[in-house]
Amino acid sequence: MAAPTPRAPPVINTTLPCNTKQPYIRTVRWRSIVACIVVEEDVSGGEGGWHTPSPRLRRLRHYEVAASTLVAVLLAVAVTVALDAAVATAIAVIGVIATGSIADVVAGRRVRAWGYVERADDLLVKRGVMFQRTCVIPYGRMQYVEVTAGPFERACGLATVQMHTAAAASDARIPGLPADEAARLRDQLTSLGEVSAMGL
Amino acid sequence: MSDPGAPEPPAGLSSAQSRAVAGLEGDWQRLHPLSPLVRAGRGAVAIVALLLIPTGGSRQGALSSDLAHIAVLVVVFVLGVITWLVTRWRVEGGVLRVDSGLIRRTSERFPLSQIQAIDTVRPGLARVFGVAELRIRLASGSGKAGRLAYLSNAEAETLRARLLALSHGMAEATPAPPEQTLVTVAPARLFASILLSGSGLVLELVIVVLVVLAVVAPAIEAAAISAGAAGLFGLAITLFRRFNGDYKLVVADASDGLHLRSGLVETSAETIPMGRIQAIRMIEPLAWRAFGWCRLEVDVASQKSRGRQDRNQSKAARALLPVGSRDQAAFLLARVFQDLPQERVAPPARARWKSPLRFRYLSGATNERYAVTTSGRLQRVTDWVPLAKVQSIRLLEGPIQRRLQLSSIHLDTAGRRVHAVLRDRDRTEARKLFGELPDRCRHARQR
Repeated sequence: MAAPTPRAPPVINTTLPCNTKQPYIRTVRWRSIVACIVVEEDVSGGEGGWHTPSPRLRRLRHYEVAASTLVAVLLAVAVTVALDAAVATAIAVIGVIATGSIADVVAGRRVRAWGYVERADDLLVKRGVMFQRTCVIPYGRMQYVEVTAGPFERACGLATVQMHTAAAASDARIPGLPADEAARLRDQLTSLGEVSAMGL
Repeated sequence: MSDPGAPEPPAGLSSAQSRAVAGLEGDWQRLHPLSPLVRAGRGAVAIVALLLIPTGGSRQGALSSDLAHIAVLVVVFVLGVITWLVTRWRVEGGVLRVDSGLIRRTSERFPLSQIQAIDTVRPGLARVFGVAELRIRLASGSGKAGRLAYLSNAEAETLRARLLALSHGMAEATPAPPEQTLVTVAPARLFASILLSGSGLVLELVIVVLVVLAVVAPAIEAAAISAGAAGLFGLAITLFRRFNGDYKLVVADASDGLHLRSGLVETSAETIPMGRIQAIRMIEPLAWRAFGWCRLEVDVASQKSRGRQDRNQSKAARALLPVGSRDQAAFLLARVFQDLPQERVAPPARARWKSPLRFRYLSGATNERYAVTTSGRLQRVTDWVPLAKVQSIRLLEGPIQRRLQLSSIHLDTAGRRVHAVLRDRDRTEARKLFGELPDRCRHARQR
């Protein structure tokens, strides 16, 4: 495996009072979404030179799981109260919260499993916990790069970068990149793709 | 239409041929006047069939519904005529231009230098009227195809030959390159093979059940037929389409690629450039094993069909050999791919736990230029993929595979049906291969 291309050091916006010596992921975790937009986090730093999605993706998944758990709890309470069964209410609420916790842990592991490396001639993307997939796409095979950001991703300043080849099965999606990192990756991939483009 | 100042076409050409020549010289040309009829043909046949089939029960209101059908037919026909009136083509400055549309005008341009192949397709009705459709395939990655539907046979032949000559930078009147016939398939064997194929066997089983029912319990028979009629009809259509597509298939080798001609009702002639071939697949169904038959398919690069492209375009895997012996398949394969890996290696025995049904057929090998894999549960499927055509490589490890220390490697190509999977290999070996394959693919491409 070739060494990853050198990258610029992380830019940290110091307007937020956070101690960079501490793993600020912890300190920022429970701050508001507004705060997390201000922080410029480094996406590199995984083991083995893998770049990982932003920790904000982890937080976004937290919120998603929390929101759906909340909805499920409200539904469970509404149904069981309508049936007038107090014990059932308690059991349902505990069950839903337990499921939500497990889902949260699974979502966190899945976020941590994502990773990508820009190598000299190709992009390497890995993902998955149960089903682990690693995908190599030569830059020359790339047809176009797609950057998408849903409303919640946008609120967190995140974007998803996806590389498309002529093969439908190619699976190179990198979610949860900070918007400027996504833009950088898009431009980088596009220019590399132009240099080494080849026909079918 | 024709410009009086234009040079007269050389003598000895029929009027249709001279129309093609005029179009090549830059005069706007219309398609064949019968085009709307042939295009509406399929729908018209369906509507006529609807008119003829008695609806059963009372015929009250049948007249008005017949009138409605006829009205639909007339509207379709009028729209067809308008489409014909506004569709024109010509060659201007090395670009084939096709204008169409009344309200939403579209103007398509096909640079002659990018033309990769021109296919001729003649549906049944088109053959009755002596017209043909030209499909112009460009070499660009988009896989865009232009259609000229329909031209008269003479016009289509002239235009096809001259466009191809122009696209190769040769004089317009250069004859087509000589070709060498590689293989033909006897219709009887094709028919037998389709009867023995998976859906063929299903159809036969259903028919046998229906016959038995007719003898044993005629009361249930009518209900069973009416319930299963649509499915049965669909199945029969599918089988017929396959029979039609592969009927009298002639594969010939020429300098510009493989020439494939086939068809019973709808005939087609297409060219598959060698460089366009993404993968080759050999299928040996269980029921064919007794005869030692196999089917060889070729997968070419194509995009998902969108818009006006019809379904013939979307069937990307084309049979090179609908049915034939292993020797015939090996002969064809050697014509397309050289230096294939000979020895195939089976996965470790513990893979039996992960793929109990597939295990006996699993094997794979790679060399500097090709990857070959076999798999399949009931039928054995062998895939050959040139490493030069690989778009991306994926390493997959599922939970069971992880426990058994196994991994699969997928080699994705731009083809739509075939992609090679080195399934359930030893993990260490697979990871080593996964590390090497990108470089091997790069070297294969640079050759």
